[in-house]
This record gives sequence, C-alpha cells and structure tokens, in this order.
Amino acid sequence: MEKKDIIRPENLVYDKPRLLNDTPMHYCPGCSHGVVHKLIAEVVDEMGMAERTIGVSPVGCAVFAYKYIDFDWQEAAHGRAPAIATACKRLWPDRLVFTYQGDGDIACIGTAEALHTLNRGDNVTLIFVNNAIYGMTGGQMAPTTLIGQKTVTCPYGRDPKLHGYPLRLADLATKLDGTAYVTRQSVDTPAAIRKAKRAIRKAFDYSMEGRGSNLIEMVSTCSSGWKMTPEKANEWMRQYMFDCYPTGDLKDIGANS
Amino acid sequence: MAQESEIVLLKGNEAIAHAAIRCGCDAYFGYPITPQSEVLETLAAEQPWTTTGMVVVQAESEVAAINMLYGGGGTGKRVMTSSSSPGVALMQECIAYMAGAEVPGLIVNVQRGGPGLGTIQPSQGDYNQSTRGGGNGDYNVIVLAPYSVQEMADFVDKAFDLAFKYRTPVIILSDGIIGQMMERVTLPPFKPRRTDEEIQRECPWAANGLGLKERGPQVVTSLELDPSEMEKRNRTLQEKYARIETAEVRYEETHTDDAEWLIVAFGSAARISAKAMEVAREKGERVGLLRPITLWPFPEKEIARLVRQGIKGILVVEINAGQMVYDVRLAARHTNVPVTQFGRMGGIVPDPDEILAALQNLKNEAQDA
Repeated sequence: MEKKDIIRPENLVYDKPRLLNDTPMHYCPGCSHGVVHKLIAEVVDEMGMAERTIGVSPVGCAVFAYKYIDFDWQEAAHGRAPAIATACKRLWPDRLVFTYQGDGDIACIGTAEALHTLNRGDNVTLIFVNNAIYGMTGGQMAPTTLIGQKTVTCPYGRDPKLHGYPLRLADLATKLDGTAYVTRQSVDTPAAIRKAKRAIRKAFDYSMEGRGSNLIEMVSTCSSGWKMTPEKANEWMRQYMFDCYPTGDLKDIGANS
Repeated sequence: MAQESEIVLLKGNEAIAHAAIRCGCDAYFGYPITPQSEVLETLAAEQPWTTTGMVVVQAESEVAAINMLYGGGGTGKRVMTSSSSPGVALMQECIAYMAGAEVPGLIVNVQRGGPGLGTIQPSQGDYNQSTRGGGNGDYNVIVLAPYSVQEMADFVDKAFDLAFKYRTPVIILSDGIIGQMMERVTLPPFKPRRTDEEIQRECPWAANGLGLKERGPQVVTSLELDPSEMEKRNRTLQEKYARIETAEVRYEETHTDDAEWLIVAFGSAARISAKAMEVAREKGERVGLLRPITLWPFPEKEIARLVRQGIKGILVVEINAGQMVYDVRLAARHTNVPVTQFGRMGGIVPDPDEILAALQNLKNEAQDA
C-alpha cells in the first residue's frame, strides 16, 4: 500500500489542533516543548477561549512560543512573565492568562516574580517546563540540574558544595496560600500526555473560576543539551529526573472541596 | 467624590495619585521607596478600584512593577508606576523592552541623590539616565519635568496622551522637593477610563484578544533575530523619535525678550532660579530664564535662537554635578557664548544667593574673555 492510500479522510482519527499554526517549530527532535504547545492549543480551543487568551512567553527555548499558537501573546524579559501575567489578569479579569517558562526563567532569574505571583493568588497559570538545563544558551547548569549531572558550566557534574542543590519550585509553591493547584507532569508517554492535558485543563478552569494561582511543572527532556538521542533522553528522565521531581498532583484545593 | 475639578492643598506625590484616578488611569503598580511612597499610599487610601475601577498593586520589587507596566500597557491600558532614583535604575531593563516593543506607559521618578543608595534627599542626578535611554540599545523616552505641584497633577494626563500617541514609555522626572512640598493645586475633573471599544480603536496593536478574529493573533515583543528586519525596526523607532523631536518640545521662557544673561534650569532648580532672576531684575540686570519642560526632546533650537538673539552668557543651574549643561553646550555650539554650570549635590539644594554669585562669576569670565 502506498502512503497516499493510507492518508485518506476516513482513516484520519487525529487532527492538528486548530490553534497550532503551520510555522515550522525551532525545537530539537525529541524536545518536550512541541507536545506541551500542542496540549495548550487543544485546551484553549476546547474551552472556547481563543479570543480571550493572553499567553506570556519567556526568554529561553520557548521564547518563540508566540509564533506557533494563534492567540494573543506578550513576550517577557527573562524571568518576568508572571509580573506581566499579573497585570494582564488584573486588568482583564475575564481573560485566560498563563505564562510559559523554562527552569532558568521561572526558578532562577524569575523566582521572585513566580513565587509572589503564586503567593498573591493571582488567577493565572504558570506552565514550567523543567529540563534541568539551559537549552537555548547551549547547555549550562540550571537551578534544577540534578546532583552529579554534567553541563558545560559544571563539566564534572553538579556538586552541591560548589553549586547548591536542585530547586524544587513546585514543592515550594504548595506551601503558598495563594496556590489552588500545583502539579508535576511529563509528556513522555501517551498516557502521561493525556494526564498532562487534564492538568492544564484543571489549572485553566481554576484560573477562570477565580480560585487562585496554578503551577504546572512539566518534567521534560533536552536531548540536545543532555547530548542523548530522544529515546535515551526519555529513559534518562524516567531513571533520574523522576527521582528528584516525582510526577503527580502536589496540591489541589478542589480535591477536598 | 466630586466629579468636577477641585482646589486642594496637596503634596506633589499626592497630586500625582489623585490626578491618575481622575484622568482615567487603569492601573498603578509600585514598590515603596523614599521620597515617593505617598503615591502608593494615597492610592491605597483612596481605593480607586471601588470607584473608577483602577487597579492598584503593591509589587514585590521595582522590577516586577515595571514588568506589570509592560504587561498592562501591552494590552492597551493606561498604566503607571512611580519610584525614586535607585528604584528607577532597577527598572531600566524593562523600559528598554517597552521602547523596543513600543509599549506605552508612565513612569514617575521622584529623584533622590546618588550614586547607589545615596541619600533620600532631593537631586536631579537622573537627567542623563532619563534623557539618554537608560537601558540597552538605541532609544529615547519622552521626559517631562514638572516644577510645581500643579504640574505634577497636570502632567499625568499629558504623559498618557503622549505615551499612546507615540506608543512609548514617558517619564515624569520630578524630585524630592516637588514630591514632598505642599501647594495649592487644581485637580482636573474626572475623565472616565476608556471602554473596550475605545481601546480596540485606539490600540489595534495591543495583545488583549479584542477583535482577534478579524485581525489575527497579536504579539507584543522587542525580539527580532533577522538582522535586516531588526535594522528596519530600529529605523522605524528612530523615525518616530525624529517626529517627537519636531513636534513635542515644550519649554517656558521668562524675561528672555531683552535678556543679556540666560539661566537654563528645569524642575525645582528652575523654581529656585526664577527667584534668583527676580532679585537680579530688581537690581536692573537683564537676566532671563529658559525652563525646559520636556528634557527629551530637548529645546535645543530655542536655546540656539536665544543665543543668536545676543545672549552674552548662559548659566545652567542643576541639582547635580552637571548633566543638562552638555545639552545646552550642544545647542550653543556654533557661537562663542560661554556656558557654565552651577550645581549642588548630595541632597543639598542651591539657594538663590548662590545662583546670583554663580551668575556674577559668569559675567566676570565673559568680560575677561
């Protein structure tokens, strides 16, 4: 059978999300960003919020997130996305407002903005893609780099005596009274992708219901930064990342109410 | 709350807050710092979110406050922040982002002495920082310099109009004297905040979802990695700055018609210089005052005109080591007219007698030359 015989309307069971446009993505093969983008595009569309969404993109690999998903975006300075989201949501309470940030952005240079936005209980969602490395700038140590993990700025492995410890931002966020939903997800298997999508939906729903701030950490791979094949990177993530960053819901005010 | 204009006795910082509420400001984001904390305090006491719907947020830092300004301005809202010198220094990164992304917004700087933590006493030490961009890259922001509590109030609405007309951050460069002193002030009548329809019409570039179906997705960003596109964007910015330089220069002249000696001063230094000028005039000396109201764009042509008119010498009075004096020298560069500067620093405010003495020195120098 030829390809054209297989790709026929009656055989198509999957559609590209309507809000994901055809711009070729700049992400590396095996990168988690593409899947997370797709999930956001699907959820926003399913909620019927395309015309009432403001996304805030970060500095880092996802700096161009605004090129791929068709709603309004603001591009933030490094780490400052949550402050921008705060202003957008306070001024436009009926808008769906979220930030999309990497580990360096949200857990290093922008820790203050992230924690204070979460602590204020601003009705926004912070989506945090944690791949334990600075991808965009060429694989430097991140706040979430694992102990012993080698990067170009800790070439002999992260040593707590020299570099301190991996920062578990999501765990911190659970202690803040302003947070409604804090969860850690991954997108390495079809089952995980479905769960991650449900988490995004829940966070976005909570933000629109005015229940507080939401943090979704996506434990992710960076095959280029980690210098691994995409397949190997997924294995490495499951073997080592999940130890330090176990997936699952960490806080859900809705679960008990 | 009175809907009409109202005459009251207020501090400069309080006047800024009341004027913001009255001119349809959508949000204030700020962080406490002396000597401007009364702006946030007045807004918190007035609770404008219960009346006009204006949002007030005490941010976690000046960095967060200015990024909230970017976020709010990027959606087409009339938003402002205020701070004092060290805090405004901290904001410079995002002011450059706002200039690059062409996001309107109002930044009030109630200056104190530096460098560094410096002092909480008044200063005009941020002239260079304000008029030369302050952050990275090639850009300017419009800088308005009030010299009375009345102008603190009046410039808020004016600054918003300019910010949206040119899609640029605008700075009101005040100082601890004007921020803290009390004067009689006429507050403007209430103007409603803009409706969504008005915002959509006036800010078709804004990222707020309005009209997305017709216009397609909108992005507010200063980023462009294609060098030819980025150069084009820079040229567009420079053309805009040239338009502003042509159309928006503001200044005030006093006794310049027959002046032989000219004082150039802005803000509180102009206020004190006006007193010195009066004293000199009483003694029959032909002294005039030019007060730049916009520090950028700078009234260069106006100073050049006065120089051609036969001015014998220019004294620039500032509360700093000499910053605006370079702009005055540029304006007078085609002549031999001497330009000197008198300034105090560290929170010390010059008095009229000192200015008169500096004027006498200038005259002596000019006669010797």
